[in-house]
Amino acid sequence: MNHLISMRDLTKAEIQQFISTAAKIEKGELQPDLTGRVMGALFFEPSTRTHLSFETAMKRLGGEVISMSGTKGTSVEKGETLADTVKVINQYSDIIVIRHALEGAARYVSEQVTVPVVNAGDGANQHPTQSLLDLYSIYKTQNRLTGLTIALIGDLKYGRTVHSLVHALAHTQPKFYFISPPSLQMPRYIKDELREMKVDFEEGEHVEDVINQLDILYVTRIQRERFADPVDYERVKNAYVISRALLQNVKPNLKVLHPLPRVNEISTDVDQTKYAYYFQQAKNGVFMRQAILSILLGEI
Amino acid sequence: MMNDRKTMKVDAIRNGTVIDHIPAGRGLRVLEILESEEDQQKDLITIGLNLISGAYGRKDIIKIENRELTVNEVNQIALIAPEATLNIIRDFEVTEKKTVELPEKIEGLMHCPNPNCVTSDETIHTRLLRVSRTPVRLRCAYCERVFNVEEMKLVGISGKYEE
Ligand SMILES: [Zn+2]
Repeated sequence: MNHLISMRDLTKAEIQQFISTAAKIEKGELQPDLTGRVMGALFFEPSTRTHLSFETAMKRLGGEVISMSGTKGTSVEKGETLADTVKVINQYSDIIVIRHALEGAARYVSEQVTVPVVNAGDGANQHPTQSLLDLYSIYKTQNRLTGLTIALIGDLKYGRTVHSLVHALAHTQPKFYFISPPSLQMPRYIKDELREMKVDFEEGEHVEDVINQLDILYVTRIQRERFADPVDYERVKNAYVISRALLQNVKPNLKVLHPLPRVNEISTDVDQTKYAYYFQQAKNGVFMRQAILSILLGEI
Repeated sequence: MMNDRKTMKVDAIRNGTVIDHIPAGRGLRVLEILESEEDQQKDLITIGLNLISGAYGRKDIIKIENRELTVNEVNQIALIAPEATLNIIRDFEVTEKKTVELPEKIEGLMHCPNPNCVTSDETIHTRLLRVSRTPVRLRCAYCERVFNVEEMKLVGISGKYEE
């Protein structure tokens, strides 16, 4: 594998390799050495969390990082094309990590350069490193990926994270519940694809109807910008809050995941319960990105 | 009577190509493709619209004299009229009958309609992957969205087909 652009490109075996490599790195069974290697982090669209996670992963492996965050004051602002910008960074780095607002930007970049490219998010399209760390978190907490009952809740329409995650899990015989306000439902093209793949899913508006059957509850943030009317936003925001009270009769193995940052969609009283897993999930992200960088740089 | 007229039209060509079984209403779009090739102004093109056809109800038909279509043109026709057939005429005879075949990968021929797609910068060549033949549905290789061909626009003269 040369690049990591989309979950769509990965075979089941490749996904398994990422997960088992991350696990070995976490346990200390594998210690890839990237001393002397440089990662070029091109965040055309700033994203503190993902950026820091990648930077931590590279540094823990002994590598170096050069970074761009936002385009203010850069050659991009002067009108340089995307192809030219990345061809220059190509000369400085051994691997490129890119976040860009345009969909397909990472794939296009991978066709312009001679080093491996990792997609750290392209518009509303893909965020494969997030999907892989989510898979790793699900695997770690449930000891399996197959046959799980998983609810995704929140903004399912614009949430790129949930789109790639649903795609990544489609081969694992899941039972999905898609819980959202009617205006933020899972897009039709994704549901069509799931139907073609014979994936079992149901849509609903109320998480309390299904919460006691779940192995995984994946919560996403509902953004104010998605609503024309602020009153609608306030109403929806408060209707989709996961509280401790809601978790009274859940399965003992339930884990609550969230790609973070959260606003109020998980109340802080959930943090102390054994169901909360979102901070460990963020830590898993570093192990997964260590695995990704090592594999793409040929060190595994 | 209709049938006689159709036969007459086909027979009237000495050398060239007859594109038959174009779904009614799409003939003009096929014509656009044929005219997008720069040096073809000299061709004599005749078009029959909304003709009665047993199997298809109504159809459009196009005759181009003195020219056989390029692979590029055939692929473009497959995008908008996947049921079309090509009759190659030599010396008033139909010497070959071909059906058009939608390729698995279509490069640089059509725009991706997603305004947030990286190919909305027109210096970047589009690449579309066939999802289904009927109806024609294509996935953008970049933004990964799937579109019906009716939602897409042809790139025009600079369009190139690559294997
Ligand atoms: Zn596109």
